[in-house]
Amino acid sequence: MIKKIKSPADLEKLQEVAKRRIDPEKPCIAFCTGTGCLAYGTQKLVDLFKQEIEKRHLGDSLYVRNTGCHGFCERGPMAVIYPQKIFYQHIKPEDVSEIIEKTVLAGDVIDRLLYEDPVTKTKIVKEDDVPFYKKQMRLVFGMNGLIEPTSIDDYLAIGGYSALAKALSRMKPQQVVDEVIAANLRGRGGGGFPAGWKWDATRKAQGDPKYVICNADEGDPGAYMDRSLLEGNPHCVLEGMVIGAYAIGSSHGYIYVRNEYPLAVKNITLAIEKAREFGLLGENILGTGFSFDVLINRGGGAFVCGESSALFASIEGRSGEPRAKYVHATDRGLYNKPTNLNNVETWANVPLIINNGAAWYAGIGTAKSKGTKIFSLVGKINNTGLVEVPMGITLREIIYEIGGGIPKGRKFKAVQTGGPSGGCIPEEHLDIPVDFDALTELGSMMGSGGMIVMDERNCMVDVAKYFLSFLEGESCGKCTPCREGVLQMRKILDRICEGNGTLADIDTLEWMGQAIADGSLCALGGSAPNPVLTTIRYFRDEYEAHIKEKRCPAGVCKALITYSIDPETCTGCHVCARICPTQAATGEKKAVHTINQETCIKCGACYESCKFDAVTVA
Amino acid sequence: MSEMVTLKIDGRQIQAPVGSTVIEAARDANIYIPNLCSNPELEPYGACRMCMVEIRHGKRTRLVAACIYEVSEGLEVKTDTERVNNVRRLVIELMLSRNPKHPTLLELARRHGVEGTRFEVDVRGCILCGQCVRTCREVVGVSAIGFEGRGTTRRVATPFNESPAECIACGSCAYICPVDVIPLKEKDGVRTIWKTDFPMLKCQSCGRTIAPQRQLEHFAKITDQSLDDLTKSCVHCR
Repeated sequence: MIKKIKSPADLEKLQEVAKRRIDPEKPCIAFCTGTGCLAYGTQKLVDLFKQEIEKRHLGDSLYVRNTGCHGFCERGPMAVIYPQKIFYQHIKPEDVSEIIEKTVLAGDVIDRLLYEDPVTKTKIVKEDDVPFYKKQMRLVFGMNGLIEPTSIDDYLAIGGYSALAKALSRMKPQQVVDEVIAANLRGRGGGGFPAGWKWDATRKAQGDPKYVICNADEGDPGAYMDRSLLEGNPHCVLEGMVIGAYAIGSSHGYIYVRNEYPLAVKNITLAIEKAREFGLLGENILGTGFSFDVLINRGGGAFVCGESSALFASIEGRSGEPRAKYVHATDRGLYNKPTNLNNVETWANVPLIINNGAAWYAGIGTAKSKGTKIFSLVGKINNTGLVEVPMGITLREIIYEIGGGIPKGRKFKAVQTGGPSGGCIPEEHLDIPVDFDALTELGSMMGSGGMIVMDERNCMVDVAKYFLSFLEGESCGKCTPCREGVLQMRKILDRICEGNGTLADIDTLEWMGQAIADGSLCALGGSAPNPVLTTIRYFRDEYEAHIKEKRCPAGVCKALITYSIDPETCTGCHVCARICPTQAATGEKKAVHTINQETCIKCGACYESCKFDAVTVA
Repeated sequence: MSEMVTLKIDGRQIQAPVGSTVIEAARDANIYIPNLCSNPELEPYGACRMCMVEIRHGKRTRLVAACIYEVSEGLEVKTDTERVNNVRRLVIELMLSRNPKHPTLLELARRHGVEGTRFEVDVRGCILCGQCVRTCREVVGVSAIGFEGRGTTRRVATPFNESPAECIACGSCAYICPVDVIPLKEKDGVRTIWKTDFPMLKCQSCGRTIAPQRQLEHFAKITDQSLDDLTKSCVHCR
């Protein structure tokens, strides 16, 4: 049984012990074992590695570290080998013994496991030199690679809980609030509301107890930065929360995390237990007299429960429906008590601010958006993954320098930011500096940091329809504009995609969009029309092509396209005929093939499979 | 007397108690704000969005639901702006797509210059104002019915779609429904509601039916009387 840490000085001693435990010169292989890499089969690699180590009696000469997500999900399974920081990607089980033999023991680099720069075709040895990482500023997310999320010792070894000790022993609660205000930390969950103001309002509100909540109900399609933080560095989130609770004067906290994130639930549960054991959570934290404890509330996976008032309802045991926020949660939130709710990433930024000071933090970013933001870069992009960048970086830098551009040499069309209720931003605005206000001005938003890249083969009407369908399914159904309005907007888009739209439909959509935004009860409905409004704003010509010419320029909307084979380019390789599920594509081998329009179901399999680009869509 | 604030609705200066909502203040001042889910007997709910009004506080204007927005000193409310009417017209058209024929909705449409709905009609009748569910819970105090499903599949239902175990057949839900879609029938001393037959008790003096037995039992319990006392006479023969 570990003795509770009774003072900040005790904590420093323990951090020293934890640090000395690890010899920085001894080889260490850090596997990414985030959910993405586990899905690639990393667990098997780790097991094999451990078996090899045992077989060779190498237990004392190297470490194996199971870390959280490294971010470069495209390249998993992957590992970084310390102390040289060699970056290996797409590791297979058969590579394991060679890695031990050559790299760990002999210090040699295995060429085929290195990342190759797609532009210069040179192999890159070190993680820091990989372009994907080079342009990032991984203040929060970078810690993931250095620690095992299940080890509080690892977190202590990198200086974990120092910020808490500093806040509790050397700062008054109001000073902590003022520090966060001065840092201008804005809410990472979507709204971008200054966290310090919220803390201040909750601190000053009348009522007892006061609640502090971590919103980990991440639900945007394609976004997983909060999951990866909670999985990879749960103590950092927890430390932020305890600091916030101290500043606000709260003794009770909740982490509302969706149950579809089992690893995040597991790791944060363990972190809470360990923190309690060490006296970093619970009664009399660090011997300072301050007490605060946290409960985990697992959400059932309703998107709308990420909305604060619906989240409160869910914790209280009612169905997750929002209520009007005319009375702020900081005054009457959970159980009608003053409540401060911040998102996972917001909490994870707090220790950084306290450790390094508001001035340091405010030195990063743009005039009104400070610090870094983690984006999940997905869609038609070469380097899929999580990227942490300073506010103010341009979309072009994220997409082309970090993201490595669009696969297959296709043309960029739009990037959708802000999750399902964000907007689609076209090429012409790629050079804007990314911050809360600039994205809002373009009709989109920062949201929680989803970034979905689309290329010339994405139909923007179809994209708008996709996001609306998502929101239609996730609307709680309480208020009319959101429940019925989003449904009817989607039906109009269906009609346009089927070639039955009219030009008046575009006006109706725009009119409805404004009225739904104005009339909805919560932010879900309030922002639901964004994908439609921004695609009309930037891609009106595509809507008009569907309506006037009955044509889908991107070749997506089934009712409006036909696949055919260009006789000039067809080599008669027969691949299309083999793959066609309805035998619509036919032809003799080495002769020109054709597609029977009567039986073609427009699945696009021939189009995707033709190596000679002989299949055309129009 | 509670503390009062002064606010303006459509240019008219009125006073209202602190903590009251804009729609309550308007009602007291005889100013009409259309609504479908608001009811003075029920807690503020804010779902139908017919009662949207535009408010100004300092320089900013925004739309709020009058039935849940609380009055404050110096608040300026406008009930008839372009933005307000756009939301109301949308809501009416959307309601008509669920219930294209009810006189209440047609009258609202007429008042707002809506000539019918542009949207695909899928007749459901119920407009999900929730007055029935809330009345049952807040006024009757039994919660026999509730909402089922989410989003467009949301509907008012009994638990597990079975005969409602808690229902006392009082009929308040049917009575309060603004679009009359909850069937209630009485025949041969039996009241039928929520697809369930509830036998009614007769007056011991005149023999006329009084009310469903379950309702009288509920009433007996909360008023601490016996069922026998309650049926000795009725409104007709008392």
